[in-house]
Order: sequence, then C-alpha cells, then structure tokens
Amino acid sequence: MTSEDDVFEAVGVLGDPVRRRLYQHVAGAPGPVGREGAAAAVGVSRSLAAFHLDKLVEAGLLAVDFQRLSGRSGPGAGRPAKLYQRAPGERAVSLPPRAYAAAAELLADVVERAGLDRELQAAARTAAAVEGEALGEDVDPVAALRSRGYEPYWDEELPGEGAPGGRVLRLHNCPFHALADRFPALVCGMNLALIEGLLPGCAGGADWTAVMDPPAEGCCVALKSKTNSP
Amino acid sequence: MADFHLAQVNVGRILAPLDHPRLADFVAQLPEINALAEGSPGFVWRMVDDGGADSTGLRPDDHDDLLLINCSVWESVQALRDFAYRSGHLGALGRRREWFERPTEPHQALWWVPVGHRPTTAEAMERLTHLREHGDSPTAFTFRDPHPAPTAPTARAFTSD
Repeated sequence: MTSEDDVFEAVGVLGDPVRRRLYQHVAGAPGPVGREGAAAAVGVSRSLAAFHLDKLVEAGLLAVDFQRLSGRSGPGAGRPAKLYQRAPGERAVSLPPRAYAAAAELLADVVERAGLDRELQAAARTAAAVEGEALGEDVDPVAALRSRGYEPYWDEELPGEGAPGGRVLRLHNCPFHALADRFPALVCGMNLALIEGLLPGCAGGADWTAVMDPPAEGCCVALKSKTNSP
Repeated sequence: MADFHLAQVNVGRILAPLDHPRLADFVAQLPEINALAEGSPGFVWRMVDDGGADSTGLRPDDHDDLLLINCSVWESVQALRDFAYRSGHLGALGRRREWFERPTEPHQALWWVPVGHRPTTAEAMERLTHLREHGDSPTAFTFRDPHPAPTAPTARAFTSD
C-alpha cells in the first residue's frame, strides 16, 4: 500500500501544468509514448518534456520502458528509445478522508448476493440517460467518455468482426477497476448499462452501439459508430 | 510440462425450461461462447452431453429439471479467469440474472486434476458439495482465493478419488 504521504507527494508533482498535461497525455495513450511524441502533443521542447517526464517517473506516476524501435538488437542496433507509460497502481486523495471505495465494495457484495444485476443495470441506464441529456449539444460519445475518465482511443477492428477496415473505439481506462476486478459480472454489466444510457444524449449518439469486448487491459466495453468512425 | 490442470464446475438454475422464449438469447449464444472457450489460450476440455455440442442436456440433480452444469479443464487459473472475465463471455455473464436464478449457496468450484483427467458430473458435484460444506480448501476453491497446483509429493492426496 502507498502511504498517505507518498500519495500527497505524487499528486504534488502534478501541480505544474506542463507536467500535468504530459502525464495526462502519456496516461491516456493506449501504448508507451516516446519523448518526441509527448513533447509534440503538449507543445513543448523535447528537452523540457524529457525533464518533466523523468520527474513523473521519480514520483512513481509513470514507468519507463526501453524499446529499440528499429526492432534490431545486439551491437549496432542503436540506443533503445526511452518510452513512458502510466505506472501501475491507484492513488486517491480525499480531503477530509472519505472511504467511498470501502462502501462501494460492501454495497456491491450485497447487491451481488441479492442477485440484483438487472436492477443495478436499469438504475445505471437511467442515471446515465439523465447525465446524457445534460450534455452540451456538441458533445459526442468520444468527448463524453473522455470527460468521464475512460480515455477512449480508436483501434483497428479484428478481421471478421464487421466491415473490413472498420474501427472500434476502445477505452484505455476502467473507472471502476478495483470493483470490477472483484465483481466482474456485476460491475462490468453496470458499466455497459452506464455507457449505453449515456449514448442517446450525445451528439450523434443514436448511431453508436456499445458491446462487451474486453481487451487484455482497460475497460471491457468497445463502441462502434455507423457514421462517425474515422 | 505441467503435471496438473485446473478443473472448474459451475451450476445454475435456469428461470424457465430451455425452449422457453425467456431463455432464447442464452440458448442462441451457446455455440458462440463455447467456440470462444475452445479458441481461448489455455483451454483444455469441456464437458458435453450426448448431443456433443454443449452440456445443457446434463442434469446434475435427478430431482431438478432446471439445474444446468458447466464443467471444463484449463491449463491455469489465469487462463480460465481470462476467458471468464476478459473475453466475450463477460457479456453473457452480465446478463446472468436474465436467465439464471440467484444462487443461494456457492455455485462454482475449482480444483486441480492430473493432466489428462476428465472430471465426471458426479466428481464435479462432489467438489462443489465439499466447497459448500467445508469452505475454501485445496480440494475445492474459488477465484477469490485460488490454491496453487499441487506439487508432486502431495498430489496423490488430492487425486485419489
């Protein structure tokens, strides 16, 4: 477990706006990010990006992955590129202290034991529909999901899954990760209902469908658009 | 080469007979889900009835026409977990209460079997009963607290039945 002081220190490192944007870019990317890419995304120099990225690694918020982008190895293969990705683990700060996660786990356990999956899904769909109606007119599903922390990204669809060359929107982050890990059927079912409920209120949302299609990491829901896939 | 594979059993009481419209989506998904299991990394074997396609013809309790059984063997706990919770199977799990009664006692058990062993319905139900009566143990356990595969010297004790 990360002690409270460590969490405060890690979060404090994000106080610098450039550093925070670099963190958000790397954390939201589906794969490891190089210094060049991160610098370009945030609009700073490569050396400034490198400085801040390494501060984020020191704070334990990012992890380093050395890769030879050329695919070669051994002498003459060149120096491996230093790539960054989000470090594992979760950090939460609440002032004053709150224990919503503990309450959520207890509630989920009772809901699971009571077999209330369908009631939970109906409530999730309704609550998300209310949120969807409150969205601005130009908020599309990608923006709506991004603002809810799902970290959406476009992925190539596997052959045989639909139209050739089609794209599918995947979600790099599961906002309910720890709970979903403990109660997958219950919580992932709730999450799918939340996303389905949100779609009709989004710009163009009627053309979107959400399905359960879990990748190795991240949220188990994948989305498709009839009209809006780039 | 591992000496042991992971066996899994789960039972569920359907809310209506299999040919009832209420179960239509469940029945329609079976071939796809079973194919998905067979194509998953670490899949070893799954129990089928005389029809050979799935296990929906089996009734582990002679006195209960609505109790279905699923039993399969996997190379590891992780392989089974990945199929159950990180594949298209998760979509079916999310709809479990549309088709199955809420279980009132443990309905899934895991245990280790020697490579090549194929559990019978009776054996699977014995493991589930053991879990219900004695809780978690190497004889029958759950995803919550998976026991490691037995090492060779102690293996006999778990596999004599």
